[in-house]
Amino acid sequence: MENVEKEPLFSAKYRKLLTNPLGQDNPITVQVLGICSALAVTVKMNPAIVMAISVMVVLAVSNVVIASLRKMIPGRIRIIVQLVVIATMVIIVDQFLKAFAFDISKQLSVFVGLIITNCIIMGRLEAFAMANKPWPAFLDGLGNAWGYGWILIVVSFFREFLGSGSIMGVPVMEKIGVYNWGYEDNGMMILPPMALITVGLIIWVQRSRNKTLIEENK
Amino acid sequence: MKDFSNRYIMVFSVVMIVSVAILLSLTALLLQPRQEKNVEVEKKMNILSSINVTSTKADAVELYDKYIRESYVINIEGEHLEGVDAFTVGLRAEQKKPLAEQYLPVFIAVDDRGDTLHILPLEGKGLWGPIWGYVALKEDLSTIDGVTFDHQGETPGLGAEINTTAFESQFLNKSLFRDGSFFGIKVVKGGADPQSSHEVDAISGGTITSKGLEAMVHDGLIKYEKYLSKNRK
Repeated sequence: MENVEKEPLFSAKYRKLLTNPLGQDNPITVQVLGICSALAVTVKMNPAIVMAISVMVVLAVSNVVIASLRKMIPGRIRIIVQLVVIATMVIIVDQFLKAFAFDISKQLSVFVGLIITNCIIMGRLEAFAMANKPWPAFLDGLGNAWGYGWILIVVSFFREFLGSGSIMGVPVMEKIGVYNWGYEDNGMMILPPMALITVGLIIWVQRSRNKTLIEENK
Repeated sequence: MKDFSNRYIMVFSVVMIVSVAILLSLTALLLQPRQEKNVEVEKKMNILSSINVTSTKADAVELYDKYIRESYVINIEGEHLEGVDAFTVGLRAEQKKPLAEQYLPVFIAVDDRGDTLHILPLEGKGLWGPIWGYVALKEDLSTIDGVTFDHQGETPGLGAEINTTAFESQFLNKSLFRDGSFFGIKVVKGGADPQSSHEVDAISGGTITSKGLEAMVHDGLIKYEKYLSKNRK
């Protein structure tokens, strides 16, 4: 990391920080972190999108704060410091949602607060931000949050479309008129287990396309 | 990683905590008016929906002022209490007080037909968290003109169905009083008698929420018994 300062802002290495977590280093499908909230907030697309944005804000800002302070943070209390930074960000995000997106904040209820316990965030602070400069830490935060967010949005798309017959609250199925042919929404898609199965299907597709992700059987 | 002295760690912690505290109090202070406004608008929308007035966030305050003519607080004996604003009474806090000291809000509305309706608020427990609602009574103070229920986190597709029109519309024209005394509404599992004016169907798979709702309607409204009996026509 000696020559980091000479690197352009979007060098190949930095671009990787953004793109790796989207695919082959994805926090949900490869590292299997943050599953709890991925099950809970993916019934409808709107809360999933707001959740993805909230995690992005929290992760990017906390990463930058920790990376800027990394030389001043005493090693013995670094986990507490990280938690304080995350908790502060989460509370601020929650307050903003209550003020500006009241309906969605009601739907997300406790899950905004539970971003604190999202392992992706603690993991990135401890593994990356403590050892890197603010700019790469910011990119790493954005990359990982998007890696988490796009899975959330894809899962919620299928759950809302098949379970409630709508996309982002627009009753698409009703407009097409499939109910007249005897089609019914699949109520099971609304229940949490189907989120797990949808995530499993995404992992399956990803691994069948990228063989390097498959562990060897011993 | 450098080894820091104990004194440094203490100072670092104190500085961190103080700055975080300042930041959070500022945020809370600046956003509070907006948040309170959101809560107020939602409550007004709920009250309006119990008298079948559909409102949006934009026109809820205006419609509330148009339909709700009067609101006051009574006690368990049915006596008016002065100096308390019915709208700001929080039922959850009231329920923790002794019965005789509880504030019971009453909202009086006049709907488009010119009928005077009494709207009474309710608060109870579902399976996962609080449930609440409003009941609008016709002029005889027994027949239900409309209800609205909501919940914090009941199971989607099961208990969460209490806030659907299909469930709420069952309460229309049911009576709270039977043979002159307070009876309440029974939420019946396995099919309510359609002739009965005191029964509605429970939600399949939502037994605990349905039971909680029945208890909420009964326990919440029986506190108004004296007031309702006194003013019944």
